[in-house]
Amino acid sequence: MITAERKPFAEIKAACAPYRRILVVGCGTCVAECAAGGEKEVALLASQLRLDAGKARRTIDVKEVTLDRQCVYEFIDQIFPLVDQYDVILSLGCGAGVQAMAEVLPKIHIVPALNTTSIAETMEQGVWREDCRGCGDCKLDRFADICPITRCAKGLFNGPCGGSKGGHCEVDPDVPCAWHLIITRMEETGRLDAMNEVEPPADWARTQGKGPRKIVREDQKTP
Amino acid sequence: MIESRLKKVLAAGHFAVTAECGPPKGADPEVIRKKGNLLKGFVDSVNVTDNQTGVVRLSSLAACAILREEGLDPVLQMVTRDRNRIALQSDVLGASALGIRNILCLSGDHQSLGNQKGAKGVFDLDSMQLLQTVRQMRDKGIMLGGDRLNANPALFVGAVENPFGDPQGYRVARLAKKIRAGAEFIQTQCIYNLARFSEFMTQVRDRGLDSKVFILGGITPLKSIRMAEFMRDSVAGMDVPDEIIARMKGVPAKEQRQEGIKIAVETIRALKELKGVHGVHIMAIEWEEVVPTLVEEAGLSPRPDV
Repeated sequence: MITAERKPFAEIKAACAPYRRILVVGCGTCVAECAAGGEKEVALLASQLRLDAGKARRTIDVKEVTLDRQCVYEFIDQIFPLVDQYDVILSLGCGAGVQAMAEVLPKIHIVPALNTTSIAETMEQGVWREDCRGCGDCKLDRFADICPITRCAKGLFNGPCGGSKGGHCEVDPDVPCAWHLIITRMEETGRLDAMNEVEPPADWARTQGKGPRKIVREDQKTP
Repeated sequence: MIESRLKKVLAAGHFAVTAECGPPKGADPEVIRKKGNLLKGFVDSVNVTDNQTGVVRLSSLAACAILREEGLDPVLQMVTRDRNRIALQSDVLGASALGIRNILCLSGDHQSLGNQKGAKGVFDLDSMQLLQTVRQMRDKGIMLGGDRLNANPALFVGAVENPFGDPQGYRVARLAKKIRAGAEFIQTQCIYNLARFSEFMTQVRDRGLDSKVFILGGITPLKSIRMAEFMRDSVAGMDVPDEIIARMKGVPAKEQRQEGIKIAVETIRALKELKGVHGVHIMAIEWEEVVPTLVEEAGLSPRPDV
């Protein structure tokens, strides 16, 4: 899923300061799963805004809505009738959610309340680890299913650097060395020799060659 | 035609001596000239670090060009952290045009360890891919993507290896991979644990790698017990055993530099006797003036005529 973290309240408050009528829009998919932008978090942030305004003797109008998916236009339709009544949308969606709303709502300012971080897995309740950078050229099978682009701090393709200690990365001792994991897994599955070949340079054109990537699937379009 | 002195010394079967020169945090070329002239005559070649530990310094390429002017044989260290394949290949050509004849290919310390923590780490290529690229440019006159060069760069190509890094069982295989990628000489991480380094060399010889690449053992003289402890605890991939710590601790503060020199000289002498080791690489961090002493006391002076 896509993971995100809520911005500090002071930053959100500063961004919303010029506005009195605030529409807080959450998303019920990824960011709800990682407890950053679902219905609960929307309610929490809305109350914080109301309380804070109350303390400052300001009157504000805060409305809460959580869409099933903020990144799909059909779900955004739901807030069309509300938009005119508000000065700003405070989005608790990921970067795709904010931009999808901007695409279909040209006249209203949208403020992001989250910092979108990564494509991640849930390791345990409350712990999400980044796994994928969306490079567009998946070679996980060649790296014992551990992505060196994402999980090695240097994104090395050809084995560990000289800096790991006790299986931990030089950059952060809490981070396991991805190459330590790759080699151990290769060894355990009897594939270590596959590491002998030098992996050629990556084709970054698949990531950033021609600006934002777009998938067009004719077979998926509605006639 | 300028030739690599390092290559000639090694090819002639001499025990080579290289030393590291850290460029200044400023634009004064005199600092480089001074450091270069301290080393002149005592070493075969001088490595110039490339923004080591991610701290901005005068560029390695510029410092190498200055050393070349001073009549030294520079080794251009090039990390993949700061430049993409366009800039790397361009600088490889530029280095050769400036008369630089040696290159050391590294990935580089992570930018978060330096003084530009917000920098974007490039790592477009890794050190293996850079080695392969430089070899292809030199030997076939082809750059990445297949375009032909109209003049090939003339460079003796090296890489680093840390015999003390993790995973331990993989270090020799990694060395073999660097040789396969095109490394002609190897400079190792600082050696304080001679026993462990000897074990590494035994594995290197068992795989016949010592006849495929020139190996220069890394030496960093310790200035103080504080430095020894810092190296042990805070420098990534370093192995400083207890007996070295005990030796440094065992002498009063004002004699610690002398003890550090003694340890370094003993290590160089031991490496000279170790089969498969073709030279030493002295990294006297901000202490370049000690290099002549080490070289003389280790019996490696004068340097051979080649």
